[in-house]
Amino acid sequence: MGISLEMPRMLNVLLLDADGKRVSTKYYDPKMTSLEKQLAYEKMVFSKTRANNARGDAEMALFGEHLVCYKFAADLHFYVTACDEENELIIAMVLNAFFDAVSLLLRGVVEKRTALENLDLVMLTIDELVDGGIIMETDPNVIANRVSMRGAEGEGAPPLAEQTLSQALNMAKEQITRNLLR
Amino acid sequence: MVETAHSLMPENGKKRDEDSEDGLELSPFWGIEKGAVLQEARCFNDSQLDTRRCQQVITKLLYLCNQGDSFTKTEATEVFFAVTKLFQSKDTNLRRMVYLIIKEICPTADEVIIVTSSLMKDMNSKIDLYRSNAIRALCNITDAGLLGQIERYLKQAVVDRNAVVASAALVSGTHLLKVNCEIVRRWSNEVQEAVNSKGPFVQFHALALLHQIRQNDRLAVSKLVTQMTRSTIRSQLAHCLVIRYVFQVIKEGSSCSGENRGERPFYSFLESCLRHKSEIVMFEAARVITELTDVTIQELQPAVSVLQLFLSSSKPTLRFASIRALKKVALSQPSSVTCCNMDMEGLISDHNRSIATLAITTLLKTGNESSVERLLKQIATFMADIQDDFKIVVVEAIQSLCLKFPQKHRVLMNFLSSHLREEGGFDYKNSIIQSILCLIKEIPEAKDSGLSHLSEFIEDCEFTYLSSQILHLLGEEGPTASDPSKYIRYIYNRVILENATIRASAVCALAKFGLLCPVLLPRTLLLIRRCLYDNDDEVRDRATFFVAAMQDRTFGADGLESHLKYHLCALESSLSEYVSGSTSSSFDISAVKCAPRENIADPDGVLDLEGNSHPNLDDGFDRELQDAERSVASIVQFSHFGPIFKSCIAVELTEAETEYKVTCIKHVFKLHVVFQFKCTNTIKEQVLENVSVAMELLDGAGCFEECASIPLESMPLGKSGSTYVAFSRVEGKRFSAKFACTLKFTSKEVDPISDIPEECGYEDEYTIEDVELSLLDFMCMTPLSNFRKAWDALPIETETANEYSLGKRESLGEAVETVTKVLGLQPCEGTGAVPPNARSHTALLSGTYVGDVALLVRLNLGIDVSNEVALKLTARAEDASVSEVAQLIVSEA
Repeated sequence: MGISLEMPRMLNVLLLDADGKRVSTKYYDPKMTSLEKQLAYEKMVFSKTRANNARGDAEMALFGEHLVCYKFAADLHFYVTACDEENELIIAMVLNAFFDAVSLLLRGVVEKRTALENLDLVMLTIDELVDGGIIMETDPNVIANRVSMRGAEGEGAPPLAEQTLSQALNMAKEQITRNLLR
Repeated sequence: MVETAHSLMPENGKKRDEDSEDGLELSPFWGIEKGAVLQEARCFNDSQLDTRRCQQVITKLLYLCNQGDSFTKTEATEVFFAVTKLFQSKDTNLRRMVYLIIKEICPTADEVIIVTSSLMKDMNSKIDLYRSNAIRALCNITDAGLLGQIERYLKQAVVDRNAVVASAALVSGTHLLKVNCEIVRRWSNEVQEAVNSKGPFVQFHALALLHQIRQNDRLAVSKLVTQMTRSTIRSQLAHCLVIRYVFQVIKEGSSCSGENRGERPFYSFLESCLRHKSEIVMFEAARVITELTDVTIQELQPAVSVLQLFLSSSKPTLRFASIRALKKVALSQPSSVTCCNMDMEGLISDHNRSIATLAITTLLKTGNESSVERLLKQIATFMADIQDDFKIVVVEAIQSLCLKFPQKHRVLMNFLSSHLREEGGFDYKNSIIQSILCLIKEIPEAKDSGLSHLSEFIEDCEFTYLSSQILHLLGEEGPTASDPSKYIRYIYNRVILENATIRASAVCALAKFGLLCPVLLPRTLLLIRRCLYDNDDEVRDRATFFVAAMQDRTFGADGLESHLKYHLCALESSLSEYVSGSTSSSFDISAVKCAPRENIADPDGVLDLEGNSHPNLDDGFDRELQDAERSVASIVQFSHFGPIFKSCIAVELTEAETEYKVTCIKHVFKLHVVFQFKCTNTIKEQVLENVSVAMELLDGAGCFEECASIPLESMPLGKSGSTYVAFSRVEGKRFSAKFACTLKFTSKEVDPISDIPEECGYEDEYTIEDVELSLLDFMCMTPLSNFRKAWDALPIETETANEYSLGKRESLGEAVETVTKVLGLQPCEGTGAVPPNARSHTALLSGTYVGDVALLVRLNLGIDVSNEVALKLTARAEDASVSEVAQLIVSEA
């Protein structure tokens, strides 16, 4: 076990439910292309982590040569895996970006039903997060903007920084109305 | 507001039961079917596109893919063509999904052409997100041929002022390197420009790509690294990359030039990264420093401080990362991690069990002898609430700790056995048993307590496999323990209470006690008699056999052993020959080859025939040698030579695929050497009879005298037969010698039709390769558990010490291995392995010289910057001339 000399590469990004079933998954590992291997891997990771309390901060574990960072929220389990030579904190950064971006796009309601109802957003988040194993972006706001194609309509789109601010305000507004309506 | 955050509410009339406990029913994908979705996909062809609906259908298709449904070739093509229609829509969110599904479906080459023009159009769109996504999608599906067409746009996109476009082009470029590296290489200048981009991720992606482009040009990489370490790096990921590339440059630099003794190049850069504001960068630098080859304690110290700081972080990931890095340091430099012991002890109670386990195993490595008890107390509280696989890691760590501090075996053994009694799965229990077995083997003092712990364990062991294994071990080791009688009760209890498999093992174990300890014979005989009426066949058979064996007076202690040590392969083949009826005579057990007796009478009580006397040989060689030893032992003419001291691996004396195949095995006796030539005839048309080997002494005249030669009656076809030549050795003389060998035989032609050889043949000879005897052939490995004690027991007058220079070596480990091999001795107490990065090492070797003279050697090795290795060899033996021999072997090598 040495340390990686190449650019960081993720092996997979997983979103499972509270029973370990797939909500959305993406594999970048050429050794894990078959469905059986993938499901076996998900089962192993799920069963070995489910007992842990990973609801606050992201947790970390090493399974064989897979370094897995994970975090749970309600009935959703988020996982990001890289090889054991990778810098743990980079994997954690990717996981947090994944979680935060999904959380932004689902407007704070991070649970299985909303995730399935907005599965397109979840899939696009993964697509904007990692491309073929290479980390694309880790700022959750930027990811959320790209997923929702903000700035794609019309030409002179407003600068990115302003967008995030206005989006944040909108989000807050919406969150409040949502809570009031409940 | 996020516009696409629409709901995919069920459309197909499915009722939603809000109170339902079943999560499935709440899913919008409940009851989804591939056929239905494919039908729905027809809406892509509508002239009035319902964009919302199209997005939902794409999501459903992707959901099906992800859940493991696969599309047939035609289905995929159909979907793909339908999807291409969606480029007409101006809806941005729909377009985003179209990009996604194009990447997922992976169209075939002719389909790619259809979509290329649409994607090319988007690549030149004014909308940044269209440009970036079109680049990613196109590069994902393109092949090397098409790449030429789009290359121009990609090159331009690399320097796009928008970060998302530049990143997309750079990442796609990195993927394309595998497809066509020539084209990507041409972008060098643009990529270089992108490295200085303001966007953090652009810088990161550009740097990674630039490095990959220049990877094979060491000078260019080193230039890039030097340039980057001086410039400002905006992205923390890019910073990590620079650190990795620096590490690579340092590694390559140190392997080719050994003269720079002063400051390590780039070390100050790495050190400055430890003070970076980003934890990711700090950690990357710290782990790189700990991995430097031959890192000094001064260099290591700041990195360890950073890791120590992280240990008390509130973030679990940070604690995990740092403890894992520290564990690695503890393997090679335990002393520099001791300062973190307090922090690590705090982590034993960490709620993340991975962190706690890492902390414990690290502490077990860095801890000193005095802290063992305290540590065990802490672990005991922790063991109760972790999963089995973590427990196994801890058990392994305790085993290695026990081997490191053999004096602590009592506490550690108690710890292991107390956990043996706790709840646990098979793997966990098995790992504890294996650890105890290993400790019993390695630490003789621990044998008694280990055996009694194990015998208590079988009292309520739920695993048949483990029980039988332990019973077997009790039978092997129990009779030679200090108080064999106390195990009898445990074993007999099994006979009363357990299943047939365990009862059978217990009967065997009892019998061994009876046969090996005459005092216990009457008692065990009584107990085994009771098993004669067992309701299981196997148990009865074994009991009957052993009762007969024990009543037979001539069948003493060795009787059991030699009886059990019939060579199984030989026994099997002769039995099957007998059963097949090809021989008319009755079966004669005495014709079956026995295992040589001398191994049984091994002074150390090592009864194990397999492996122990030749621990480093392959099974195949091992068996061949044992066969050979047996055949030599069975020859009357050699019986007065005494036991075989050593047999050497067979050497081929003929080239492959010649008419005759001859290999030679050397058997060394106290005063004799027997050469066994195994000969095989490979030609069908001839018979070779009266085969012998004439040996002529070339070197070392006067030391050896031929005393016997046993010819082979006929050389069989395909199988090997042996002819032997024996030499007596003049004592006290040097042993190295060289013999010229000639194969002599009478050759007879075989009539191809009748298969009968001709009456008279002619004499012929065939020169085979020379056989050499070296000092090494007279040296045997002997495993030793307490080197110090044995060393002190040998007379100090016999000590010889000499220094040697071994010249340039790859590493210290390689040097130790070579010397050990040259001497043919057994490394003791695990000193054969050199920790990585060590500058000096002491290896302890033990062996036996012909005539059963014990020889112990201490090697002190040191390696300098230019990889020159110096060796000091100190040897002691029961005879001064033998310790001289050890020096002689090394000086001649």
